Amino acid sequence: MIDAIDVSMVDWSRAQFALTAICHWLFVPLTLGLAVIIGVMETMYYRTGNEFWKNTVKFWMKIFGINFAIGVATGIILEFEFGTNWSNYSWFVGDIFGAPLAIEGILAFFMESTFVAVMFFGWDKVSKGFHLASTWLTGLGATISAWWILVANAWMQNPVGMEFNPATARSEMVDFMAVATSPTAVCKFFHTVLSSWIVAAVFVVGVSCWYLLKKRHREFAVASIKTGAWVGLAGALIAAWTGDGSAFQVAQQQPMKLAAMEGYYEGEEGAGLVAFGILNPEKKTAADGVEPFLLRIEIPKMLSLLAERDADAFVPGISDLQEGGYVQKDGTVALSVEQKMERGKAAIRAFSDYRTAYKSGDEERMKIASSELRENMPYFGYGYINDAEELVPCVPLTFYMFRVMVILGGYFLLFFAVVLFFVYRKDLTAVRWMQWIGIGTVPLGIIASQAGWVVAECGRQPWAIQDMLPVGAAVSKLDVGSVQTTFFIFVVMFVVMLAAELGIMYKSIVKGPEV
Amino acid sequence: METYIILQQYWWFVVSLLGALLVFLMFVQGGNTLLFCVGKTEEQRRMMINSTGRKWEFTFTTLVTFGGAFFASFPLFYSTCFGGAYWVWMIILFTFVLQAVSYEFQSKACNLLGKKTYRVFLALNGVLAPLLLGVVVATFFTGSDFYIEKDNISIMQMPVISRWANEWHGLDLLCNPWNLVLGLAVLFLARILGGLYFINNINDKDIACRCRRMIKMDFPVFLLFFLAFVIKVLVSDGYAVCPDTGMVYMEPYKYLENFIEMPIVLSVFLLGVVSVLAGVLMTWLKPTFDKGIWFAGIGTVLTVLALLLVVGYNDTAYYPSNCSLQSSLTLANSCSSQFTLIVMSIVSLLVPFVLAYIFYAWRSIDRKKIDADEMTDGSHLY
Repeated sequence: MIDAIDVSMVDWSRAQFALTAICHWLFVPLTLGLAVIIGVMETMYYRTGNEFWKNTVKFWMKIFGINFAIGVATGIILEFEFGTNWSNYSWFVGDIFGAPLAIEGILAFFMESTFVAVMFFGWDKVSKGFHLASTWLTGLGATISAWWILVANAWMQNPVGMEFNPATARSEMVDFMAVATSPTAVCKFFHTVLSSWIVAAVFVVGVSCWYLLKKRHREFAVASIKTGAWVGLAGALIAAWTGDGSAFQVAQQQPMKLAAMEGYYEGEEGAGLVAFGILNPEKKTAADGVEPFLLRIEIPKMLSLLAERDADAFVPGISDLQEGGYVQKDGTVALSVEQKMERGKAAIRAFSDYRTAYKSGDEERMKIASSELRENMPYFGYGYINDAEELVPCVPLTFYMFRVMVILGGYFLLFFAVVLFFVYRKDLTAVRWMQWIGIGTVPLGIIASQAGWVVAECGRQPWAIQDMLPVGAAVSKLDVGSVQTTFFIFVVMFVVMLAAELGIMYKSIVKGPEV
Repeated sequence: METYIILQQYWWFVVSLLGALLVFLMFVQGGNTLLFCVGKTEEQRRMMINSTGRKWEFTFTTLVTFGGAFFASFPLFYSTCFGGAYWVWMIILFTFVLQAVSYEFQSKACNLLGKKTYRVFLALNGVLAPLLLGVVVATFFTGSDFYIEKDNISIMQMPVISRWANEWHGLDLLCNPWNLVLGLAVLFLARILGGLYFINNINDKDIACRCRRMIKMDFPVFLLFFLAFVIKVLVSDGYAVCPDTGMVYMEPYKYLENFIEMPIVLSVFLLGVVSVLAGVLMTWLKPTFDKGIWFAGIGTVLTVLALLLVVGYNDTAYYPSNCSLQSSLTLANSCSSQFTLIVMSIVSLLVPFVLAYIFYAWRSIDRKKIDADEMTDGSHLY
């Protein structure tokens, strides 16, 4: 009997990674954004010498510290899970993927962990200037860390700068700069980091609004709102711009993800963007003849404009991507998924032939197999796919999460502008409804940020590495019981940690700053 | 020597150095195992937690970087050991996760589980992390059971290249008593280093006195386990690899031979052992001596570094498989490509700069010892 990958094991491994990533990302955006806000505040203290700013910094630093610990704790799990749960992935692309992780450790984590200790414990032990530098360096360390991990993630979405080496049975890096500065990575970095500023800014503004509502620490709250809202507005503006860049990259590299984001089945020229839509839950596959939408309001030609920078350009839908036959930008005719799967299987067979010839020292056969492999390599991952439907990600999840992210992104722009208007032109301390809105906006920051990651990660299924390695071929050979057990242990740990964190945070906020 | 081989050896050195630094920094874990036996009052325990609390992130970061560097330079090890010995790594992870939050949470109001629970988590990590990391390192000498077949990538239904040979997925490592012997040696070493660190870092006579007493009890136990393991390794057959064919075979006294054929590594090992002994004995014999952590710490780094170099250099399979000898990992068959190793080597040139700022920041904070006054003066505390 041929041993086969247990599909439920793949699902449980995905669930465990998703659980850890979601939990990690509850805290990391706050860390990234609060570091900037605290840096600005401490710069004010350094320049003015006013103890008010020092106490303000100390309060937000305490909140930062509570978050930082869980962010660190969940981060290490993610790194190790590449090995424990995705061991085949670790070998297949470790030559490329491992480097950003190691560089992250050497360049970023040590900076972060060294200076965060000075930031917390160095107030009366080091000079004001050194302390300020430490605070900014902590934030810089976190941001550099984000750069490298997002380089790694972007490479999975758009694998560049590498070649498959059949002699070592893995992909190998051939161009480091292509990996480290790919357009996907650059857009992803700015979009993710800047959106993290929004999350932290929304949090700072919301907590400060709570103090205004309670008529406590007014001066502290207004100063925090001003700092937070300016950082948030800057973040929202740049996140909107880089969001457009990210979507453009998706259109170029991952057209199936783009189609899922739009619930877009039949491609057309001058395609419209869904401004508001309700998907038809009866729609199961592209070919089932069911209408994809119950309600759809579109902005004409906008999808073509955003995806191709040309209002009349053709954008392929899910059916087109499955059936192929349309002319691509480079003038070639797109293959159907069946053709891609055949080419993928041919690549895998050529790899097998190469290995056999390699072991017997038959150079002539190696050359033939190598040439065949190179020709079919762009479709290598399709060889592991058994059913063409596996290549379509979950459309409703991707579609709705994309809208949640975009709508909330627009809302944050408006929110920060209105907050700044009230705080400078009116007396925000007297506008209770706006204070309530500020408090109510806090969870929306986290929701938007999580929704963005759901789009990025669920939208690219079934690929662990786009077109090269599906998740089913990336997992470790474990029994499903082990992964289920660790999954539930993590669930319990994360729930307890989260409950404790929220309790501590609540208590710290109720106690308030010592200003 | 070929550039590629030099790069492999360089990266084995870097990974070994990170591993050695990690064992030294386990004084944080060792210190936490002393929390309930050395700290008798709340104030003392608080000082101890704040003392290790200012260093735990270094240990944590070194572990993360050790993992990342191993991933980048020897991905087949990452794939085989982590994916195979699943449960050992998961338990290590669980305890580190608990540790990371426990420092921050334990003294805070509304922390859900209460102060004592978080401190028990710290002690739990203190025991299990050094013990299990020691067990994993021991398998570098004693071997594990796994198969590697890179051709499996062409099997479309099951393309996994490395498989653990049994369903225990790492728990089987605990059944080999020699693995436990090294695990226990690392645990007791961590406790000794923790004690020496407290003596150096906390200005409290009671704590220092109890740490000295504890060191006197733990040191013979450590020595017993450590010497037993080293002697066992020196007299056992080792996993040798033929440099021309890459074939792995058993060779009598391989590790002893490695020491003899690499006199620099042997010198580093002996210097390390002497330095650990000096740090402990000077602390033991001279009641006012508080610099033992530096001697024992540097000694630990040198000793562990030498042991890891012995298991990787001189044509030795560093991660051997007992059930499939030819599946054993060697520097050559498990490393990254030459291009990646070059890129990483350029990045590693920044490491001295990183070490310099860590040292500078560390000195800035530790200029004054922790004392009881600092626990009440309104500073940021755990």
